[in-house]
Amino acid sequence: MTNLLDAPERPKRPSRGGGAADRGIGPGSGNRPDAAGGSRVARIGSGIRSLLTSPKYGPVIVTAVLFVAVFVIGGVRYRGFFSGQVFLNLLVDNSYLIVLAVGMTFVILTGGIDLSVGAVVALSGMIAASLLQTGWSPAVVIPLILVLTSVLGLLVGLMIHVFKVQPFIATLAAMFLARGLCYVISQNSISITDPTFVQLAIARIPLGGNLSITPSVIIAVAVVAVAVWVLHATRFGRTVYAIGGGEQSGLLMGLPVARTKVLVYVISGFCSGLAGVLFTFYTLSGYPLTAVGTELDAIAAVVIGGTLLTGGYGFVLGSVLGVLVLGVIQTIITFEGTLSSWWTKIFIGALLLVFIILQKVLTARRR
Amino acid sequence: MSAVLAKVVAHRLFWPVVMLLILFTINLIAFPGFFTISVRDGHLFGSLIDILRNGAPTLIIAVGMTLVIATRGIDLSVGAVAAISGAVACSIILGSPEPGSLATVAVAVSVALLISLVLGVWNGFLVAVLGIQPIIATLILMTAGRGVAMLITEGQILTVNSPPFKFLGSGFWFGVPIAVIIAAVVFGLAALITRRTALGMFIESVGINPEASRQAGVRARGLLFAVYTFCAFCAAIAGLILTANTAAADANNTGLFIELDAILAVVIGGTSLAGGRYSLLGTLVGALVIQTLVTTVYTVGIPPIATMVFKAAVVTVVCLLQSPTTAEAFSGVRRRLALRAGKGVAAS
Amino acid sequence: MTDPAAPVVEMRGISIEFPGVKALDGVDFRMFPGEVHSLMGENGAGKSTLIKALTGVYGIDGGTISLEGTHVAFGGPAQAQAAGISTVYQEVNLLPNLSVAENIMLGREPRRFGAIDWRAMRRRSAALLQGLNLDIDPGSLLGDHSLAVQQLIAIARAIDVNAKVLILDEPTSSLDSDEVAELFRVIRSLKEQGVAILFVSHFLDQVYEICDRLTVLRNGKLVGEYLVEELLRIDLVQKMIGKELTALDDLEQRARSVVVDESDAATFVHASKLGRRGGIQPADLPIAAGEVVGLAGLLGSGRTEFARLLGGIDRADTGELAILGRVTRLRTPRQAISHRIAFSSENRRDEGIVGDLTVRDNIVLALQADRGWFRPIPKKRQDELTQSYIQALNIRPANPDALVRNLSGGNQQKVLLARWLAIAPRLLILDEPTRGIDIGAKAEIQKLVFTLAENGMSVLFISAELEEVLRLSHRVVVLRDRRVVADLENDGLTVDALLALIADGSVEADDTLLAASVVASDAAPPAASAPLAPTDHAPGGRA
Repeated sequence: MTNLLDAPERPKRPSRGGGAADRGIGPGSGNRPDAAGGSRVARIGSGIRSLLTSPKYGPVIVTAVLFVAVFVIGGVRYRGFFSGQVFLNLLVDNSYLIVLAVGMTFVILTGGIDLSVGAVVALSGMIAASLLQTGWSPAVVIPLILVLTSVLGLLVGLMIHVFKVQPFIATLAAMFLARGLCYVISQNSISITDPTFVQLAIARIPLGGNLSITPSVIIAVAVVAVAVWVLHATRFGRTVYAIGGGEQSGLLMGLPVARTKVLVYVISGFCSGLAGVLFTFYTLSGYPLTAVGTELDAIAAVVIGGTLLTGGYGFVLGSVLGVLVLGVIQTIITFEGTLSSWWTKIFIGALLLVFIILQKVLTARRR
Repeated sequence: MSAVLAKVVAHRLFWPVVMLLILFTINLIAFPGFFTISVRDGHLFGSLIDILRNGAPTLIIAVGMTLVIATRGIDLSVGAVAAISGAVACSIILGSPEPGSLATVAVAVSVALLISLVLGVWNGFLVAVLGIQPIIATLILMTAGRGVAMLITEGQILTVNSPPFKFLGSGFWFGVPIAVIIAAVVFGLAALITRRTALGMFIESVGINPEASRQAGVRARGLLFAVYTFCAFCAAIAGLILTANTAAADANNTGLFIELDAILAVVIGGTSLAGGRYSLLGTLVGALVIQTLVTTVYTVGIPPIATMVFKAAVVTVVCLLQSPTTAEAFSGVRRRLALRAGKGVAAS
Repeated sequence: MTDPAAPVVEMRGISIEFPGVKALDGVDFRMFPGEVHSLMGENGAGKSTLIKALTGVYGIDGGTISLEGTHVAFGGPAQAQAAGISTVYQEVNLLPNLSVAENIMLGREPRRFGAIDWRAMRRRSAALLQGLNLDIDPGSLLGDHSLAVQQLIAIARAIDVNAKVLILDEPTSSLDSDEVAELFRVIRSLKEQGVAILFVSHFLDQVYEICDRLTVLRNGKLVGEYLVEELLRIDLVQKMIGKELTALDDLEQRARSVVVDESDAATFVHASKLGRRGGIQPADLPIAAGEVVGLAGLLGSGRTEFARLLGGIDRADTGELAILGRVTRLRTPRQAISHRIAFSSENRRDEGIVGDLTVRDNIVLALQADRGWFRPIPKKRQDELTQSYIQALNIRPANPDALVRNLSGGNQQKVLLARWLAIAPRLLILDEPTRGIDIGAKAEIQKLVFTLAENGMSVLFISAELEEVLRLSHRVVVLRDRRVVADLENDGLTVDALLALIADGSVEADDTLLAASVVASDAAPPAASAPLAPTDHAPGGRA
C-alpha cells in the first residue's frame, strides 16, 4: 500500500482490490501494455472473480447467467420452448417495457426514480385512442403524444431540480395527474380502428426461417441503440453517471448537472409516451386502468439488470436483459400451465430481493 | 400583534389547517348542509361523518407511516399488506363451518393481524439488519405482496357472508361508525405510546442523526423493527376495515394506491420525508384534507374519478410551499420589502 | 512565460463580511510562479475564506484581485479554473464510479463528431499521469484506488488545464508518510514547470519541507508574509497564536497545583492489548479515578481510534477492558454507557448533536437511552436537569426549548458535555472538545475538566493543541503511527519534548523526562510535526 507509488520497476496493481484495473472491457479501459507476469490461468481466475465482485459488472453478469439458465431450464422442461420464435416473442411482448426500462435506467442512474411511467403509458394510450376516434391522423397524434409526455417529464424534472422536491414525490404527483387525466378523457375503454394503427399492430416482419418480429421490436431496438450511444459516448451520458457517482463532485468538475438532472426526466417522459404508443399497437385500445403497476415492472427490470438504485452504476443493455428475465419467467409460467399468474409477482419480488442484497454486498465490499 | 401572527403562520400545522378550512368553505358554499350532523336510527349521519368514516383506513395507515417516515424511512408495502390481511381473514371465514360466528371472525382477524406482524418484522429486518434503503426494501413486499394475496385468494374475489365481520366495516357503536372508533383508538395509542414514553424522542433522534443517536446509546435496530411492525399492523387493520366494508377480499384492488394516500397525508401534515420531527396531529389533518378533497369533488359535481388530478394538484402545491427554493424566494421578497421600508435586517 | 519576479496572483486589501463577522479585513496576499506558498493560521484566521475569495466561491466586499497583472473577478470555481486557478480539496471531489481517464478529462473531454473520443481521452490522460510519474491504468475505476492515488489523480485533473496556480487544501491529512513523499515529488516537479502552488497544511514539518514562502493570518487580518527559511518555527507559532497563549495563563497555574494522590485512586479502567486492525495497534492504558489522561499525537496517529475503542464506539479486534477489575468487552456505545463510560466525539455535527431536537432533548438523550423506552424521565426531572446544566455550564441562549442547531459551536459543545455529565460518568472521554469554538467557551470547558477530575471523575482528553494537553493532563500518552509510543507523568513535560516524541520517538531532552516511561522508541522518518491548528472543518466554524 505504501510503496505502490514507487517507481514502476515492476508492474504493480495500482488498485486496492486489483479489480477493474486488469479488465479489458468497458469504456476507457484496454491498452494496458505491461500486464505481464503471473500465470495466465491465475490471472484469468482472479479477473473473473474481480469481474463478479465489481459493482459495475457483477450484477449484469449474474443476470445474464440467470437468463441463460432459465431459458435452458425451460428448453429442457417444455417441448417447443427452445426455439428462436419463443425468444423473439419475448421481444415482441415486451417491447414497450424495454422502452420504459430504458427511460427508467437514465433516471435511476442519476439516483432518482420515476413512479409515473405506468400512468403515462395509460395516458398516452388514452390520448391516442380518443384523438384517433375523432379522426386525427396518426402522423399528428404520435408526435403530439411524445411532445406532451416529454413536457410532463420536463415539469417533473424542474420540480425536482428547482424546487428540490424528492423524485419519489414529484413523480408520484405526475402519476396522479396522468391517471386522473385518463379518467377525464374517458372512463371506458376506447378501441382503435385507425387503419395505420391496425396495420402496425398486425404487421409481422419476417426474419426468415419462420421467424418474425413486429415493428414495435424495431422501434424498441432503435431506442436501445440510441440510449447506449448517448450514455456511453456523449458528455450528457457521462454526466448522468457522474450525478449518480456524486452530484457535488460533478458540479465541481464543471459538468452540466442541472440540465442533465432535468433532462433525464424528459427522457423518461418521452420513453413512457413512446411505450404507451407501442402498447396501443399491442392492445389496439385505450383504457384508463392499463399498465397499473407497470412502473414496478420497469424498476424491477432495471434493478435486476444490474443498475444500482442509488445511481452511478448500470447499463441500458443490463436493463434490456432485466426485461428479458421478467419475460422468460412469464413465458415459463405460461408453459407450465398449472402455475397461476400471480406467481409472476412473487418471483419478481424474490428476484428483486436477491439482486438488492447482491448489490448491497458488492458495494459494501468496496468500502 | 404581528409577532403573534408570524408565530401562527410559522407553525407547522398552519398551511394544512388553512387548506382544510378552504375545502370546508368550498363545501359549505356548494352544499349548505355540509356541517349538519343528524341522528338516524341511533346512528350519526352527515358529510363530516362520511369524511371521517371513509378517511379512517387512510388515517390508520398514515399514523404508522408517520413513524416510519420520522426514522428516515418509508413503507411502500402497506397496500399489499392490507390486501394480504383482507385475503387471510376472508379465506379463514370462508373456510370455517360457521362464517357468521363471532369466534370465527375473532380467529380470522387475529390471524390476519399476526401475519401482518410477521410482514412488518420482515420489512424491519431488511431495513435494520441488512441495511437496505427503506424505499427499496419495502418495494420487494409491495411487488410480491399482491402476488401472495392472490395466492391466498387463488385469484378469486372472496365474498363472505359474516355479519360480525361486516360490522367491522360498516357497523356503529354508540352511534359512531366502528371504523372511526378504530382509527381514533389507533391514533390515540400511537400518540400516547410515542409521547408518553421516550419512544417519540428516540424516533426523531434516529431520524435526525442516526450516528449521534447510536453514540448516545439509542438502539436504532429495535426502533426500526418496532416502527415497521407497527406500520404493517396499521396496514392490516386498514385492510380488514376495507375488506369488511365490501365484505369481499379483492387481492388486486384492496388498498390499491393507499400507500400513496398515506404518504401524502403525512407530507401534507408537515412531516418531512427526510425524517426527523413528526407530527401525528399534522397527519390527522393531512388525512382529513385528502378525504375532504375526495368528498368535495363529489359534492361539487366533478366526475369523482378525476379526484386524482386534484390530488396531484395538492401534492404539487404542498411540495412547492415546503420547498426551500420557495422559502428563499419568500424571504428575499420580505427582505426587499423591509429594506424599502427602511428597517434593514430587523425583519429578517 | 511571464516575468519570474512578478507575482502571478496579487490580492490587495481583501475584505469579506458575513452577517455579524468580518471574515477578512484588508488582507494582502500574493503568489509567485514556481513557488510553493503556505497559508498559515488557526481556526477562524480566514484561510478558507481567502481561498474561496480567490476561486470565486465568495464575492469580495472590498479590495482587488489580479491574475498576471490584470484585474479579475470570478463568478465561481469553474471560471477560476478556466483562468488557470485550480483547486484540489481535502475530500477528493472525484467520481468513484467512473474511470481514471474520465475523472481527469470530464468536462473538457476530446470529442469527435459530437461523441466523446475515448481513445484520445485515454491517450491524453495516460500522458498526464506519466508526466506525474504515476503508473496507473487510465481505464481502471477510480474507486478501486487508494485515497492517496485519488488525490494525485485530482492533481492530474487540476493541472491538465494549463494551470498557473494550483491550490492544495490540506492534501496530506489522510496520507501516510510515503504517500506524502510521493505528493511532494509531484509538487516539486510542478514547481519546476513554473506553477505557483498554494499549500495549506496543519503539519509544520511539511510546511518547512516543501514551502518557500508563507503568509500568516490571524482573526481575519494579515500578520505578515515571510520567507520560510527566514522564519523560526517558534516565531511562526507565536505569530499564528498571538495573544491566545497568555489568555489562559491563570489556568496553567491552577493545573500545576492539582495533584492526584496515586495511592488513593483505584484504577477505574484498565485496557490491555486493546487494538483494532487499521485503527490502533494493541496497547495498554490504565486510568485511575480522578485522573486526567491526555492523548497526544497527530491526526491519524490512532488517538481518536483508541478513544473510540474505550468508548465502545468501535469494536476492538484484540484485547480487553477491565472496569474496576472486571473484564468486559464493549460492543456498543450503549454498553459503555451502562458502565458509566461516556465518549464525546470530535465530530460534533455528525456524531454529536441531534440538531433538530431541543436543548432539553439533547441533554437527556443518553440518560434516557440508558433507562430504555418505557421508563421516561418525568418532565419535571428533565426540566430540573436541563436548567441545572444550562446554569452550571453557562449555556446560551438559556432556553431549554431552543433547537440545538441554532446554537453556536461552543454552546453545542456544552450541551454535549451536559448530555454526558447527565449519565454521571466514571470515565469521560473528550475527543477534541475545544475544536472550533471561541476562546471563552474553551476556557470554560478546560475549567470544567479540572473540577470534574477533582471530584473523582476520570477524564481521557484528546486535543490537537499540545499546550492544552499539557495544561490539563496528569498523564500524557503519546501516539504515533497507530501505536502508543510513550506514557508519561506530566511532571515538567514540555511541548518540545512531546513534539520530539510525536515526531520520531527519540527522547532528546532526557532530563525533563525523569518520570517518563517510554514504551517504544523505534526510529521512524521524521515526517511529522504538531498540528498546531486543528482542521478548518469544524461544524459551524467558518474559517
